[in-house]
Order: sequence, then structure tokens, then C-alpha cells
Amino acid sequence: MWKYEKKLQYPVNIKNPNPKYAQIIISQYGGPDGEMGASMRYLTQRYSMPYNEVKGMLTDIGTEELAHLEMICAMVHQLTRNLTPEEIKKSGFDKYFVDHTAAVYPIAASSLPWRAEYIQAKGDIIADLHEDLAAEQKARVTYDNLLRLIDDPDIRDPLKFLREREIVHYQRFGEAMRLSTDRLNCKNFYACNPSFDKNCGKK
Amino acid sequence: MNEKARLKRQIYELDFALHELVLFLDSHPRNRRAMELMQAYRKKRDMLIEEYRRKFGDYIVTVNDVPMSDRWKWIDGPWPWENNFLED
Repeated sequence: MWKYEKKLQYPVNIKNPNPKYAQIIISQYGGPDGEMGASMRYLTQRYSMPYNEVKGMLTDIGTEELAHLEMICAMVHQLTRNLTPEEIKKSGFDKYFVDHTAAVYPIAASSLPWRAEYIQAKGDIIADLHEDLAAEQKARVTYDNLLRLIDDPDIRDPLKFLREREIVHYQRFGEAMRLSTDRLNCKNFYACNPSFDKNCGKK
Repeated sequence: MNEKARLKRQIYELDFALHELVLFLDSHPRNRRAMELMQAYRKKRDMLIEEYRRKFGDYIVTVNDVPMSDRWKWIDGPWPWENNFLED
């Protein structure tokens, strides 16, 4: 189960609303490499993970991704507060506004709504951990791209924090990959699946 | 940033350091140094929360922190996604 902590993992306090920036940052909420996909991916993969270290890691990183999702939503919310109809039209926010007003709805920057395909759970430790390593890098690149487009320091500061977290998670998943492959039969670790094949690694 | 916000921020920083240690210990469950650090940070965090309560009253982060009084204070704003959450 989960319990709410009434705080953000890292503070978000944006002085100047900017619906243009909100429309690109929202991709880290509902986009293909966003925080909602990340949290759902790791929390979903736990059930077929055979090793306790990796079960712990998927639980704790998946939970942290929920906190990141909350930070991204806080940013989008603060960037779209107190807008006038003129500002909404001028910034191109009107296409979003007409369906969602100033709610924070999970879509990509391209406006494609969040899809369950972003989760990815193959039920094989090698496949799933490679997925997770790639996901962290893809999220890091998305933050790099946002930082290339945004100059407001109030927005850049939490984005830089989130970018660093992708790098730390990549490191931890790399360790998970190492300790998992160490436990597989070294002659056969691509052909056996310890989540499914009972005698995997010990014939 | 006033003293109240500074103290809150210090507690949040320790929360973050503790979370980093959780992730590290998941893949290094026998690392003695990380365990010692966790012990030290937990102690420091408890001390700072005690200091916060002494100086500023309630410190409410989970529902279990809410004191029993004539009013359910959990719902009091600002909520974390609102502006000036830390400064309040």
C-alpha cells in the first residue's frame, strides 16, 4: 500500500505562468518517457521479478517516480494558473484548454494521451531490466531537451533535479542487471528465465 | 527564506538523503557505511523535527502527524503543488 507525504520531493515554486512551457513540460507527465509511464512500469514489473534486491529497487524507484509525477504536475499547474482568454489564445494553449480547461491531464507534448503501451512488462529479468535502463536514458534525454528550450530559472531548477534522478536510477538498474546476471547460469542466461523456468541456472 | 522555511527545507534534504540510501542499500544490502549514514541521518532528522515543533508548532507530513484537536488539520493549505508551499 501507499501513504501520502504532504510535500514535494524537491520544491516547485514558479513565479511567472507560461502556458507555452506547460505544453512541453506536460510530456514528462503523460508522454512516452514520462514519469507516469516510469512509475507504472517499475511497479508493474515487480510481480515477475525473482530477486529480492530488484523487487526492493522496483518498489522504491517506482514510488519515487510517483513523487516525480507530482512535481511535473505541480509545474504544469503553476505555469497555467490565472490565465486570461487572450493569453490562452496567444500561447497556443487553446487546443488543450478547450478539452481540459486548466486541469492537468496526462498527454505528450504532441497531444497524444498517455497509453498503457508505455509501461512494458515482459516477465523476463533481462528484457525488463534492459527496458528500464533504456527508459531512464530516454527520460534523461527528454529533460535535456526541455532544458535546451526553457530559460526561466524557477523551471530549470526542478527540471535539473529530475534529470539527475534519471542518472542515479540508471546506475541502480545497472547494479540490478549485474547482480541478476551473476545469478544466472553463465552459459545459458539468455535462454532461461528465472521468473518462469523453475530449474533455471542449476541443472 | 525565513527560518521556518529553512528548517523545513533542511528536513526535506535529509528525507532525500535517506531515500538515496534506501536505493543504494537495495543493491548493496550489506554495506555497513551506508547503514551507519542512515542511522546518523535518521537521528539528525528526528532532532530537526523536534526543533521545528518546539519553534513553530505542528509538523504535519503524514496523517499520523496530525494532532487530535477540535479540528482536522490535515486539510489545511497550502498543498504541496501550490505556490509558496515551502514558505508558508
